[in-house]
Amino acid sequence: MNETSVLVKDHDSFQEQQPILRVEGLKKYFPIKKGIISKTVGSVKAVDGLDFSVYPGETLALVGESGCGKSTTGRAIVQLDKQTEGTVFFEGENLSNLSNAALRKTRTQMQIIFQDPFSSLNPRMRIGDLLAEPLLTHQKISRKEAVEKVDDILKIVGLTPSHKSRYPHEFSGGQRQRIGIARAIILNPKLIVCDEPVSALDVSIQAQILNLLKDLQKEFQLTYIFIGHGLGAVKYISDRIAVMYLGRIVELGTTEEIFKSPRHPYTQILLNAYPIPNPHLRGRERIVVKGDVPSPANPPSGCSFHTRCPYAQEVCKQVSPVLTEEKRSVACHFPLA
Amino acid sequence: MTQSLLKVEHLQTAFRTGKGEVVSVEDVSFQLNAGQTIGIVGESGCGKSVTSLSIMRLLGQTGYIKKGTISLNGKDLTKLTETELRDVRGNEAAMIFQEPMTSLNPVFTIGNQMIEMIQLHMMISKKEAKQYAIQMLQKVGIPRAEEVINEYPHKLSGGMRQRVMIAMALSCKPKLLIADEPTTALDVTIQAQILELMKTLRDESNTAIMIISHDLGVIAEMADTVLVMYAGEVVEEADVFTLFDEPKHPYTLGLMKSIPHLETESEERLASIPGTVPTLQNMPSGCRFHTRCPYVMEQCLKEKPKLQGLDEKMGHQVRCWLYEEEQKSENREEAVL
Ligand SMILES: Nc1ncnc2c1ncn2[C@@H]1O[C@H](COP(=O)(O)OP(=O)(O)OP(=O)(O)O)[C@@H](O)[C@H]1O
Ligand SMILES: Nc1ncnc2c1ncn2[C@@H]1O[C@H](COP(=O)(O)OP(=O)(O)OP(=O)(O)O)[C@@H](O)[C@H]1O
Ligand SMILES: [Mg+2]
Ligand SMILES: [Mg+2]
Repeated sequence: MNETSVLVKDHDSFQEQQPILRVEGLKKYFPIKKGIISKTVGSVKAVDGLDFSVYPGETLALVGESGCGKSTTGRAIVQLDKQTEGTVFFEGENLSNLSNAALRKTRTQMQIIFQDPFSSLNPRMRIGDLLAEPLLTHQKISRKEAVEKVDDILKIVGLTPSHKSRYPHEFSGGQRQRIGIARAIILNPKLIVCDEPVSALDVSIQAQILNLLKDLQKEFQLTYIFIGHGLGAVKYISDRIAVMYLGRIVELGTTEEIFKSPRHPYTQILLNAYPIPNPHLRGRERIVVKGDVPSPANPPSGCSFHTRCPYAQEVCKQVSPVLTEEKRSVACHFPLA
Repeated sequence: MTQSLLKVEHLQTAFRTGKGEVVSVEDVSFQLNAGQTIGIVGESGCGKSVTSLSIMRLLGQTGYIKKGTISLNGKDLTKLTETELRDVRGNEAAMIFQEPMTSLNPVFTIGNQMIEMIQLHMMISKKEAKQYAIQMLQKVGIPRAEEVINEYPHKLSGGMRQRVMIAMALSCKPKLLIADEPTTALDVTIQAQILELMKTLRDESNTAIMIISHDLGVIAEMADTVLVMYAGEVVEEADVFTLFDEPKHPYTLGLMKSIPHLETESEERLASIPGTVPTLQNMPSGCRFHTRCPYVMEQCLKEKPKLQGLDEKMGHQVRCWLYEEEQKSENREEAVL
């Protein structure tokens, strides 16, 4: 068992394979409307040009400031929202070229787990029906077979078949999150976007969910995109990390590299700000981030982080740095050693 | 001996529901001095928010304090009239709510709400109040504060609403600040900024802070003492160092083991506490944790342990039969004295 997990951890072995997901030049702008006739006066550049690949069986984490576009990226990948520009390839297929029928089929291969499972579970449906519904719409199976599958899935996520007759509000937060996971995996998807699946839970339930996600990944060769603020959880679950700032990726590398030697000043600040659960380390030196968070409706010129960067120089205000193309990518004029 | 600012004694709080009365907080006692910070942790649903709402006397139509006293600055809050309470809230005690939308009025702009509150508690002109409000919004890291102040709450992202609430709570420099999951929706850099702000308030105005969080990193960073709750009761109380170094209650031990540390190897499985929290309608007899406790003994099933001090450490209290011997010896010493 250890052998396989060591293998899975080897970053190079991922990249020998074809990516399961490839995102090219992804942009998502939301119009800003004003006045009674709703004239468009500008746009929120929620996602402003993303390029990355995700390989089968790996977990890529998206981290970054609140509002930097993580959820928007996740929603665009599973095509819940249509991107403004750019392409999403799933298993080599350009999703924008698919017919509606083909897209519907492909979408069963890509699922999303929401931060707040409550708002995504229909409160008037029993759990059994909630879980059987996608099976009955997407697969040609009988009701009896669907019920059997639901029973299996409930057991896999640590619930019991007797939970089928209950409504969502009759579960605890952690149990509801398990239902969200059950619903995401019931159609045997290949890719799951996990949007802050554990942020609102206490650490013991968090641990249960993280363990479960890892077990499922091993058992079903799942690929995850994991969005999260809690760096402890991110470090535990992910193989690679993409750090985002104002709609762009500023650094991408293996989890180990990112934590050991962050190269983008923002990554360094992010790691440094993380509150360590050890009171003996409280009040340690912090790199202070100056200034306000810029608005994505009006991002700064040049490097969008220059207004807050402790190392910013003249060129940073003028020229937008490009993300380097190596395995360890960073978008910075003066990357840290 | 300094007089404590806040003293909660054997608080019991219940709600009237369709299925009869539910007791959400069974037995909570603690003290808090001016300038001191107490952290509260515990499983989702264990009564942390209800405890703080009891102190603010914001239990709504159906909630009521059944037993116990809450004294703030010598006044028993359980006995005050609504008019007297209004004076206490904001002036002496302010609260940052877990769900910010519940406490921001959707039909007024952010500015209206902040200015009204500031003027209620500080003798300054409307213009000065507005300037001060903008300043406070900037302090909590809101970009475009001059514009945001004219917005309605629904136009802001979740993280921004939370920061508006924090700005409001801090603006009147309360003597007691209750912060219920103040940074859960925020990323770590903003979180660090908010925690710094709370520390500054504590140091400058000698404010007492009660902070509730699932994030043990936040607790380790902020708290002087920590209260651990399980199923409506305090099960352990200790200074923050003792609690992290030598947790005693099996529930606290489980919680500490579940933390995903940055040093945790990703091949390891995270520990978690098996089983789920009993429901309020279905509380086990004896010790409420016995259904999930790895050290459960005969006695735990029948008799309910008391929260008692351990002899080696002043102020370290545990509600568990495992420590009965140590506790007895302490009581004996007390009797001799
Ligand atoms: N439907 C929408 N209409 C207008 N603006 C939107 C919409 N959805 C998101 N935005 C804006 O796009 C930006 C990115 O939002 P997104 O939800 O992707 O952030 P995030 O990185 O997931 O943040 P968080 O960590 O707070 O969840 C924000 O500025 C947000 O206000
Ligand atoms: N208005 C209400 N009516 C009935 N029961 C309630 C009400 N408010 C809270 N409760 C119940 O009281 C218990 C304690 O709730 P509380 O909100 O204090 O939990 P908590 O410790 O803050 O949890 P979390 O970490 O999830 O915020 C829960 O079982 C909850 O369902
Ligand atoms: Mg999000
Ligand atoms: Mg709560």
